[in-house]
Amino acid sequence: MEVPILKQGEVLIATFQAALSDADLENLRRGLLQQVVRFRSRGVIVDVTAMDVMDSFASRTLREIAHMIRLRGAETVIVGIQPEVAFAMVQLGMTLEGVATALDLEEGLAYLIEKFKSID
Amino acid sequence: MAKRDGSTKDLATRNNQASELVPSEAPSELLRELVAHLRQNRTQLREEWVGRISEARLLTAMTKEEIFAEATSVYDSYVEALETETYEDLQNYARNLSERIIPRGVETHEVVGIVLLLRDVLARSLFAKYQTDFKKLNRILDAYEPAANRIANTVAVGFVQERERVIRQQQEAIRELSTPVLQVRERLLILPIIGVIDPQRARQLTEQLLRGIRTNRAKVVVIDITGVAAMDVTVANHLVQTVEASRLLGATVIVTGLSPEIAQTLVTIGVDLGKMNTVGDLQGGIEQAERLLGYKVMAVAEAR
Repeated sequence: MEVPILKQGEVLIATFQAALSDADLENLRRGLLQQVVRFRSRGVIVDVTAMDVMDSFASRTLREIAHMIRLRGAETVIVGIQPEVAFAMVQLGMTLEGVATALDLEEGLAYLIEKFKSID
Repeated sequence: MAKRDGSTKDLATRNNQASELVPSEAPSELLRELVAHLRQNRTQLREEWVGRISEARLLTAMTKEEIFAEATSVYDSYVEALETETYEDLQNYARNLSERIIPRGVETHEVVGIVLLLRDVLARSLFAKYQTDFKKLNRILDAYEPAANRIANTVAVGFVQERERVIRQQQEAIRELSTPVLQVRERLLILPIIGVIDPQRARQLTEQLLRGIRTNRAKVVVIDITGVAAMDVTVANHLVQTVEASRLLGATVIVTGLSPEIAQTLVTIGVDLGKMNTVGDLQGGIEQAERLLGYKVMAVAEAR
């Protein structure tokens, strides 16, 4: 299932709909990178609210996406990680270090806007 | 091989006994005789037993009168169990007795001790009665011993079960009381932890905190562990994991009130201090949280 990528001003929003296959994640990574370049976006929000399991591949891909987008000069926030998922991830040692996280979409947007302000 | 030898030998003795028993009374008849004897000498045996109890310094939490009263009913239930060979009444009595004496601090070894003492006192009296007729004494003891052991077992198990039930009940009560997640300002939660943390409680704390972060939309959480004297490595690791999981939900965690022992544990397990945000006491923690949230608290006079 393809992940839709929405553009909202300077920010791109990718919302996971349900459990994704590895191929979907690869597509998302490629798609996000291309769109960041094309729209000259400054921030990316990946919303994982709908995910009730996060395997190590998904977690690693998320981290890679965040780091690659940083190399393009934009910020990434992962939002909407469920409490159970968060604890399971930590127990498996997948802590997304170096990646910003926020409670939900609203918080994520607020974080990015704050970030843009501090850069400007 | 040895085992088989043993069992054949065992069988042989049993056969032997059976053949000896054939001409005389059946075991139940022996038990009846035994019970009659115990009933007859009730007063004397009971007093001797109570004497032995105080000699052995058991049941020190109870007064002499109480011991005597309990001893009387234990003696009667004991004889009754021997007579009827049913243990349900005794089991109920043991449970009832345990319920009464556990809150007074009676220990397992005391309960087991007094039942074994009674068993010994009664066995002695049987020795005294049948010492002239060795064969009969043997048969009487054959009937008495298994029943007596079973009684001792029943009482001890009843006591331990009751004790475990009380402990379980208390654990549950503590668990229910133990984990408040409180909102002190908008988007600021505090989680005061008091007492010993076992892995199960740690897990529960984490679950409640993460759920609290979500429902209160918290941005900063202050975990205060002033009331925790020490924690083992497992629980310390769990604390670190809780901090990281909270970050994944977008909340910053500040840990306050670490005791020197806990600080040592955290250093020993090699916590990445970049991930842990710690402040000396709860006040400092809340102040830092307010700074993070952009609050500025000042006296009214200063603000004017």
